[in-house]
Amino acid sequence: MSANDFVSPASPVGSAPPGAPVTTPTAGGVTQEPRRPWGERLTKWTSSSALMAVVIVIALLWLTPTFGILVTSFRPGPAIQSSGWWTAFAPPWHFTVTNYVNVLTSQGIGHAFLNSLIIAIPGTILPTLVAAFAAYAFSWMRFPGRDFIFLAIVAMLVVPIQMTLIPVLSLYTDVNLTGTFLGIWLAHTAYGLPFAVYLLRNFFSALPADLFESARVDGASHWRIFTRILLPLSVPALASLIIFQFIWVWNDLLVALIYLGGNPDNAPLTVTVANLVNSFGTNSYEVLTAAAFISMALPLVIFFSLQRYFVRGILAGSVKG
Amino acid sequence: MATVAGGADQSADQSAAQDNGALIKPNNKRGTSRDWRFAWLWAGPAVFFAVVYLIYPVLDTIWLSLQNETSSQFVGLKNYHTIFTNPNLLEVLRNNLLWLVLGTIVTVFAGLVIAVLVDRVRIESVAKAAIFIPMAISFVGASVIWGLVYQYAASGQPQIGIFDAILTRFGAQPQAWLVNASVDNFALILVYVWVWTGFCMVIISAALKSIPTEIVEAARMDGASELSIFFRITIPMISSTLTVVATTMVINLLKIFDIIYVMTGGNFHTNVIAVEYYQQLFNFNDFGVASALVVILLIGVIPIMYFNIRRFRMEVQR
Repeated sequence: MSANDFVSPASPVGSAPPGAPVTTPTAGGVTQEPRRPWGERLTKWTSSSALMAVVIVIALLWLTPTFGILVTSFRPGPAIQSSGWWTAFAPPWHFTVTNYVNVLTSQGIGHAFLNSLIIAIPGTILPTLVAAFAAYAFSWMRFPGRDFIFLAIVAMLVVPIQMTLIPVLSLYTDVNLTGTFLGIWLAHTAYGLPFAVYLLRNFFSALPADLFESARVDGASHWRIFTRILLPLSVPALASLIIFQFIWVWNDLLVALIYLGGNPDNAPLTVTVANLVNSFGTNSYEVLTAAAFISMALPLVIFFSLQRYFVRGILAGSVKG
Repeated sequence: MATVAGGADQSADQSAAQDNGALIKPNNKRGTSRDWRFAWLWAGPAVFFAVVYLIYPVLDTIWLSLQNETSSQFVGLKNYHTIFTNPNLLEVLRNNLLWLVLGTIVTVFAGLVIAVLVDRVRIESVAKAAIFIPMAISFVGASVIWGLVYQYAASGQPQIGIFDAILTRFGAQPQAWLVNASVDNFALILVYVWVWTGFCMVIISAALKSIPTEIVEAARMDGASELSIFFRITIPMISSTLTVVATTMVINLLKIFDIIYVMTGGNFHTNVIAVEYYQQLFNFNDFGVASALVVILLIGVIPIMYFNIRRFRMEVQR
């Protein structure tokens, strides 16, 4: 984890708010401060240690529930039912990977993992492409109704997704898209669009105009400008967007539930885990915890490896409908 | 966070946006119309998706909400009348209101408190990461995690849920957190708070860091206490950020679905609009009431939509 990720501004992609966190604690501040009397320094030290302790307790409290299911997922079933996960650290130590083997082979979690990938990868690439083309047109082309169309699309940002489900579902029934991967890719493309267009247009239109002007003077086509100049310059924005969209699609339950409803073969992890909760109730935590942890693994890996883009993407996109 | 993103940080973008005109200014009439059609080629796919999946369905849903369960007959406001008179549906609305109010207040408040606390310690980024982690976890995953926390066993049985284990350790009776109607809504809201506090904290923390140190120093020189600095300077200076964060929570909470769907299925008096909508749709096949329920959600976001569009418009035109 890089230390600066969370200290950096919340603004989405690079364009820092003016004067955001330039308040780096300078070393100068320490030396310039006059030496305080001994007693005062002691109180200051105790209060800062107490504060540190409070922060550590809060952080541990936040981690405990997740840690609980991680530990539980490695315990044998009978032990889970007969004692709390926190007792697992006292002897006898019973840890096992059977739960994982079990859910991957007999509970269909392996298959669901694949489905999640099959859904999330095109469900990320498609909206990013469609939005990038549109955002280029909205920021560097001129055509009648441009601003109106842009506003109409981004106005959809806050519309609850439920507003759209019934009409789209009946449309899907007419054209046989229900239960298909194609249907769900297209749906995610549409639902990801308002935010993607908004984010990319903001980024694209902030790029210096001279760049595009000189390229045009040199006779470059829009396509050439788009692929050779714009996309390479927009890597940070695209990375944040792609990570946000991927996590959003990966963690989505509702869209998959609605559009894949009748087809369990295509169900992603979220739907499969939700079904396991329904069918096992709470009597089978060896299955539920292992399954849930597998469903969380990829987002967590992305979180820890690409934290900077992850945080920016999440912050930039959280009002998505 | 589109609402934040559009704030101060966009001002620099606008000068660039203004220059577009010069770049694409048409030389003659023929050039214009060619450019025009060409632009539609670029924006066309996005327009297609927006119209087919978003704009048309929203209008259609409003229309469906005025028709009967099979959408075969116009019934006016009958579905809305049903929602506001049926005791079960009224409870759904009440629960959603509880989620909205409590969920927003608690997440924003916890986010603010934690942001202020971590701002003063050296382990800031590690602590923030720990609290932000749940944002990577789906609500389904969070529901399994908290299902174990809330796991109930009758008194005398081994307690594997951490809450009941603590309660029984101190001699109290174990609670059925997700069944007992006096606590279950709060138990579910806590799951949301656990997931989203990290988000509020990170945004508020960035706002705190943007407060010029001179202002705080000056107040301190004048003898202001830490508390009055907090309430008279810090809070007013981050009030717009707090509004944005609270707005984001409201939008999320209005359509909250996954947690309730997975953890209680809307049973035991925990149902909310989005889950009731799903049930009206798939269990009762009542398209009219289902549509009317989500139109109520839409009415909830219209003020936010209005302010957003006004702000986006200023950004576009400036």
